[in-house]
Amino acid sequence: MKVLSWRLITVIIVVLGAFIYVLPTFWGNIWPHKKINLGLDLQGGMHLVLEVDTEKAVEDTVERLTQELRSGLRKDRIRVQELARVNGNEISLRVKGEENIAKCEELLNSDFKDLRMLSRSKTDDELVLRLNLPDKEMDHIKRLAADQALETIRNRIDQFGVSEPDIRNQGENRILIQLPGIQDTKRAKALIGRTALLEFKLLDENGDVSAALKGDIPPGSELLYEVTHDPNTNRTVKTPYLVQKNTLLTGASLTDARVEIDSQYNEPYVSIQFDKKGGRIFSRITEQNVKKRLAIVLDGKVYSAPVIQEKISGGAARITGSFTMEQARDLAIALRAGALPAPVNVIEERTVGPSLGADSIRKGLISMCIGGLLVVIFMVIYYKGSGLIADIALLLNIVIIAGGLAGFQATLTLPGIAGIILTIGMAVDANVLIFERIREEMALGKTPRASVDAGYTRATLTILDANVTTLIAALVLFQFGTGPVKGFAVTLSLGVLASLFTALILTRLIFDYLLIHRKARTISI
Amino acid sequence: MQFIKPGININFIGRKYLAFALSGAMILATIISLVWHGGPKYGIDFAGGTVIQIKFNAATKISDIKSALRQLGIDASSVQQFGDHKNFEYLIRTDIASETADDISLKIEKTLENITGNKAEIRRVEMVGPQVGKDLREKALLAMFFALLFITIYISGRFERVWFKSAVMAGGLMLSVYVFKLFAVSIPFLMAAALIVTLILFWVLELKYAMGAIVALIHDVTITVGLFSVFDKEFTLPIIAALLTIIGYSLNDTIIVFDRIRENLRKYHKRRLDFILNKSVNETLSRTLLTSLTTLIVLIALFVLGGGIIHDFAFAMIVGIVVGTYSSIYVASPILLAWHKGLK
Repeated sequence: MKVLSWRLITVIIVVLGAFIYVLPTFWGNIWPHKKINLGLDLQGGMHLVLEVDTEKAVEDTVERLTQELRSGLRKDRIRVQELARVNGNEISLRVKGEENIAKCEELLNSDFKDLRMLSRSKTDDELVLRLNLPDKEMDHIKRLAADQALETIRNRIDQFGVSEPDIRNQGENRILIQLPGIQDTKRAKALIGRTALLEFKLLDENGDVSAALKGDIPPGSELLYEVTHDPNTNRTVKTPYLVQKNTLLTGASLTDARVEIDSQYNEPYVSIQFDKKGGRIFSRITEQNVKKRLAIVLDGKVYSAPVIQEKISGGAARITGSFTMEQARDLAIALRAGALPAPVNVIEERTVGPSLGADSIRKGLISMCIGGLLVVIFMVIYYKGSGLIADIALLLNIVIIAGGLAGFQATLTLPGIAGIILTIGMAVDANVLIFERIREEMALGKTPRASVDAGYTRATLTILDANVTTLIAALVLFQFGTGPVKGFAVTLSLGVLASLFTALILTRLIFDYLLIHRKARTISI
Repeated sequence: MQFIKPGININFIGRKYLAFALSGAMILATIISLVWHGGPKYGIDFAGGTVIQIKFNAATKISDIKSALRQLGIDASSVQQFGDHKNFEYLIRTDIASETADDISLKIEKTLENITGNKAEIRRVEMVGPQVGKDLREKALLAMFFALLFITIYISGRFERVWFKSAVMAGGLMLSVYVFKLFAVSIPFLMAAALIVTLILFWVLELKYAMGAIVALIHDVTITVGLFSVFDKEFTLPIIAALLTIIGYSLNDTIIVFDRIRENLRKYHKRRLDFILNKSVNETLSRTLLTSLTTLIVLIALFVLGGGIIHDFAFAMIVGIVVGTYSSIYVASPILLAWHKGLK
């Protein structure tokens, strides 16, 4: 009696618990408010893995340092033969003349002491230097770029409006993004992937654009394009501009960016507001460069290059371009969330449309029902009354798996459904083992009760042994698998545990009840 | 109802040479097919590339889809009908893995609609870059390796009750893999080397049950891989999941037979080993077949009704279960016997 009661209590707790956790999935908002999460392959959505080009962040830093060094040298009136960024992240510097060399070394030692001397060779009156950043500094820049990229993308997605996005770091420079239920995947991808680096640069109005197009670009300047697309004629026009490399102001000084409609042309544009410091810089730039052209450059493309008419104070500017409303809105989001510190590449994408997800759920459930029904019928035919007991165990098994999924907040995927289906087939295994043993014992002439006892005792260890191997495989899969496959590992492990429980404890309880309390003389097996 | 009458006595062990010949032939076929196809055929998960599942509202010729793609400069390596014929669904697979944010799938949708004149809906896009493919490949092989390692430790320890030997075993295996890694061999060779080391260690440490079980599971996985290669099916992440499940299932079957052998060894300790083996296989035959049958029932339901995405997974599992059932009857126990004779 005593043995019976702990079994009964355990069974009641587990089964009741499973039912309680399953209910919210089907009946909406009731305690304990835990629904079974559906994976992206079932509810539709987008899975992206981005790689942050952290090498580029280092190169950008070196490029900036090169520009700073150039203006430092100019300020100290030091003439150099050559100053350029080479091999991606190295600075090459060549200086001639005793006086120049001395002043140059002084400048490097005072203002640029963080730069590492890679090589140094001096002949007669010429000094050739190779400089780069120390390894520790490079690692720091890379890590910072990866972290910042994650933060920026999270901001952008939050403002874009996706319910329950999952955004996290993966390894050193990868970002995993999961956007369930998203419809406009192209827009989301464009928003996430754009660098959104806004720069204000002066045009190089002394240089010759046509000469630059032939490859003769003056040092300190670069060739950028304005790309305009006319929707009426469906033509794209590229206009070249010769722009000074030196960036006067970036999007980092923004406090706000919003979409507004131009009353004259009825076209959306993005109005931006600088912070205090940015506003001061902007008014100084406009004051010093009246009648010159200022290029607004976004991700290396010129958006407009208006002539500065007068000093602009107040710290506001506008970005025009022939935007659609959506484009303007997404640009505003990207500018508000800030620029990515380095470009990102999509290295993995898995998108499932909502209709396919619904299809998968339907097909998965149909195969589960048909397969389950066939097994249930088979068990009753083969083992009669005992088969019915096994069937009860099987149904409760599924409830326990579902309750476990909800309770642990695990994600159900299509392979996960396959795992449940597989469990239905394998779960009866434990019962088959026990029933075959009972039949063997009864064939030896034992009473039903003794047979059941012996059957359970002798089969238990075998069942445990056999199931541990499947559990090991499932756990390894959980550790190494990604997304959908992980879902399979979860349902398979839950299924193994649930079938152990139902076979060893629950069916035993039913047998004991029939044999001891109802005093059944025979068992139908 | 009973399929297998109690007291049945089929001479399985007596037919072991026939079984060995059959298994040998299948493994040979696997190797030939793998060599013929130049290794396993990797899906985009492992090879990198793009898969697009597209659905039209009317019948569309595959050649039209191909020519539309060629206009976009995409050399589709394959366009296949997907799932039911009346669904007008197709799977486009290319080796291109565009690593930029611009959306190629939208372009494809528009162009296909223009050229075929039918409405198209892109239902699924999967793009895996080459680096990610390589990572996933290594991860999958590592998963197989660790599953093997843990299972080896478990059976040699739990089954033969020699935890010390199993610890030596695990140590030896890890050490050898470490040494091989120093020589920077590729992962498939590492796996093969690990397997050989495992078998040698079993031999040296006289872990005969573990040996039988591992040989049976290598047998099952190899033949499943072989059939995949013969049918020219692709290896994807879910297939790896299926292979690992087959490993678990194959051992499950083998362990139950071995459990009975151990029990019968105590019961009939004066009888010859081949008698005991045969008796044990016969006694568990009913259970072996029944469990395989119920598992096959649900898998066939999944294979027929589960839809295209899960189709290959179900296929792999069905093959694995059939081969696993065969090997637990005809392969695992004869290995024990062969070992026994080998020691004499």
